[in-house]
Amino acid sequence: MQNKIISKQDLVSFVNNLIKEKAAEEIVGVKASDGKYAFGELANASELCLDYDVTLLPPKKYFLPQKETVLKFKLGAKPSVEPVADAKSIIIIGVHPYDIKAIELCDAVYTSTNPDPNYLLKRNKATIIGVDCLNPNPKAFCPSLGTAIVESGFDLMLTDIGDSYVVAVGTGNGDKLLNKYAKTKAATDSELAQRDNQRRQALGKYKVSLNMPSSEVPGLLEASWDSPVFKEKSETCLSCGSCVMVCPTCVCFDVQDDIALTLDKGERYRQWDACMLVDFAKVATGENFRDDKEKRFRHRMYRKGMYLITRYEKPGCVGCGRCALACLAQIASPAETFNLLKEAS
Amino acid sequence: MVTQLTPKASLYLPRLAELTRVEPLAQKEKVFEFRLSDGKELGHKPGQFVEISLFGIGEAPISISSSPTKKGSFELAIRATGNVTNALHKLDKGATVGIRGPFGNGFPIDKFKNKDVLIVAGGIGLFPLRSLINYIRDNRADFGNLTVLFGCRAPVERLFCNELCTWGEYTDMEFLETVDTCDESWTGNVGVITTLFPKITFDPSNTYAVVVGPPIMYRFVIAECVKKGIPEDQIILSLERRMKCGVGKCGHCQINNVYVCQEGPVFTYAELKKLKEAV
Ligand SMILES: Cc1cc2nc3c(=O)[nH]c(=O)nc-3n(C[C@H](O)[C@H](O)[C@H](O)COP(=O)(O)OP(=O)(O)OC[C@H]3O[C@@H](n4cnc5c(N)ncnc54)[C@H](O)[C@@H]3O)c2cc1C
Ligand code: SF4
Ligand code: SF4
Ligand code: FES
Repeated sequence: MQNKIISKQDLVSFVNNLIKEKAAEEIVGVKASDGKYAFGELANASELCLDYDVTLLPPKKYFLPQKETVLKFKLGAKPSVEPVADAKSIIIIGVHPYDIKAIELCDAVYTSTNPDPNYLLKRNKATIIGVDCLNPNPKAFCPSLGTAIVESGFDLMLTDIGDSYVVAVGTGNGDKLLNKYAKTKAATDSELAQRDNQRRQALGKYKVSLNMPSSEVPGLLEASWDSPVFKEKSETCLSCGSCVMVCPTCVCFDVQDDIALTLDKGERYRQWDACMLVDFAKVATGENFRDDKEKRFRHRMYRKGMYLITRYEKPGCVGCGRCALACLAQIASPAETFNLLKEAS
Repeated sequence: MVTQLTPKASLYLPRLAELTRVEPLAQKEKVFEFRLSDGKELGHKPGQFVEISLFGIGEAPISISSSPTKKGSFELAIRATGNVTNALHKLDKGATVGIRGPFGNGFPIDKFKNKDVLIVAGGIGLFPLRSLINYIRDNRADFGNLTVLFGCRAPVERLFCNELCTWGEYTDMEFLETVDTCDESWTGNVGVITTLFPKITFDPSNTYAVVVGPPIMYRFVIAECVKKGIPEDQIILSLERRMKCGVGKCGHCQINNVYVCQEGPVFTYAELKKLKEAV
C-alpha cells in the first residue's frame, strides 16, 4: 500500500478543497457538540474533528438511513407503483477502523444474496476516508476482535503522528482525490515507524477486553444456550432497543406505508427496527417467538457473537462500545456477557 | 468498493395483479384469485409464498393456495387478522393489488416422487397444503399413496368444503377429517387431529409426512409421526414467522441463524430439531 504524508494544515486545505470544488454532492465528517461526536455535513474544514472517541450513530446511516422511501404509489381505480432508490455521491471523513469493519459486514448482508438496490446505490457512490482511533472510549474492546486497525475497506486512511498525518492510500479513487485536491509527500520509514508506534500506544488504552480469543466466542455460545447468565443479565433490561439503534452491525428494518393527505398517493418506507423490542418477532396469531427479555437478550448476543460470523464470515460485533454507552441498565456490552459465559464454562 | 452487482430495482417492487374472483370460505377466511397484470405466470412451487401489497396499508406474506398446474391465475386463501388482511377482505373483483415473489423454498416435491405422501393440515395450514394436494392430484402417476388428514376446531371452521367432499370421494386418495368440538349436526370424527392416526395405515420408511398447522399442533403430530417410525428427514413442516421483506434482509423471520423467508418456510424435522426456538 502506498503511504503519504499530509501536514495538518494541508489536511485542512484538502477538506476545504473537497467542499469548495464539490468533489462529491455531500461532504460529511465527524463534528463535536457538547462533548459528543456525530457524523454530519461539513460546511468548512474547521468543523471537522478527527480526534474523537466514538460517534453517537455509526456512518451506516449514510447507506441504510433511519427512514428511507423504497416505493411510491398512486392510488385509485388504476393504481401504479414505482421503485425509489436515490443516492448522492458522498465523501465520509473520519471513519474509525471498527466502523469500516462494520460497513464490510453491512456490505455482506446487503449484497451477498438478493442485492439491495437502495443500499448498493448509496454504497457505490461513497468514498471513505478513515482515521485511526488513538483515544478509544472506555467501553470499546476492538483489539480483542481484531477491529482496531484495518488494512482495507477505505479509500484513504489517516493516522495522526503529531504535526501531520500518515495517509494510507487504499484505492485508485483515494489516490485521485489526493492528487487533485491535496498537497502530500511520500512517507519516510521513520514516519511510518511513528505511525506504528501511535497505533501500538492506542492499543494499550482500551479498558475492556475479552478473556478469550474471539475465535472461541461462537463455540462458547453454541455451548451456552441454557446458561443462567442470559436471565441474570437481562433482568433489568428495559426493552428500549437503544443498544440496537446505535450499533453499526445491526441491519434489521421494519416496513410501513404512508398515504398523503390527498389520499391519492403515498409511499412505502423502511426504518430501523430492533430485535430487543417486544413485538419484533410477534405474528398475527398473537404468538411471539421471543416473548421475554431473556430470549431477546440472548438472541442479540448470539447475533453479535455467532450468527453473523457463521453466516457472513465477518465479525458481528466490532467492539465499538456504543451499545454499552447507550444502555441505561448497563448490561448491553457483548464483551461483558461473553466473559461471564467464559468464566461459567 | 462493493461488488459491482447490478441490483434488481424490483427487489421491493411489487408486480400489479388484478383480483378476478373472491369467495368466502369460513367466518374470517376468503379465497382470492388473482391474475398478474403483465400476463405472466406466477411460476411458483407448492409451499412457496408471496408478499401481497395493498398500497397505503402494507404488505403481508401469504402462501399460494393454488397448484402451479392451474394456469393463468393463482389463488391466495386469507384469514382476516390485522391491517392488511382485513383490508383485503373488503376488496371486490377488479381491484388491483401488488405481488412480490414467489419466495421461500417450497415443499421438496422432487423427493416425494414415487413415495407415499401423508398430509396433515390443521386449520388454515390447509391453505399451503391445498397447493400440494392439487399438484399431486394433477400429476398423480408420479406419486405413491396420498393420504390427507384435516382437522379444525369446529364444523363452521371447515375450509374449501366442496373440495373436502370431492377429496373424500376420490378413489386414488384417502381423506379423513376431524373437529375438536361440535354439536349433534356433525356426524364425523371428533377429537384432535392425532386421533385420526390410528385409522390409517402406511409404510413409514416409504412415507413423507407434510405437516402444516398452528405451533401447538406440531408438537403432537411430530411425536405421532416419529412414534409411527417416519424418519425425521421425511417429516416436513412449514413455519410461520413475522416477515417484512421476504428477501433475507429485514431480520424479522430469523430463528437462530436461519432466515425462514430464505431457507424456509419449509423444513424437515431433522433440520428443525437442531434449531432452538423453532417449534
Ligand atoms: C410464510 C407465511 C405464509 C402465510 N400464509 C398465510 C396464508 O396462506 N393465509 C393466511 O391467512 N395467513 C398466512 N400467513 C399469516 C399472515 O402473514 C398474517 O396473518 C398477516 O401477515 C397478518 O397481516 P396483517 O397486516 O393483516 O396483520 P397486522 O396488522 O400486521 O397484525 C395482525 C395482528 O398481529 C399483532 N400485531 C402485529 N403487529 C403488532 C404490533 N406492532 N404490536 C402489537 N401487536 C401487533 C396484533 O395482534 C394484530 O392484530 C402466512 C405467514 C407466513 C409467514
Ligand atoms: S454490539 Fe455493541 S460493541 Fe458490538 S458493534 Fe454493536 S454497538 Fe458496537
Ligand atoms: S440491553 Fe440496555 S439498551 Fe438494550 S434494550 Fe435492554 S435496556 Fe435497552
Ligand atoms: S422476512 Fe425479512 S429477512 Fe426474512
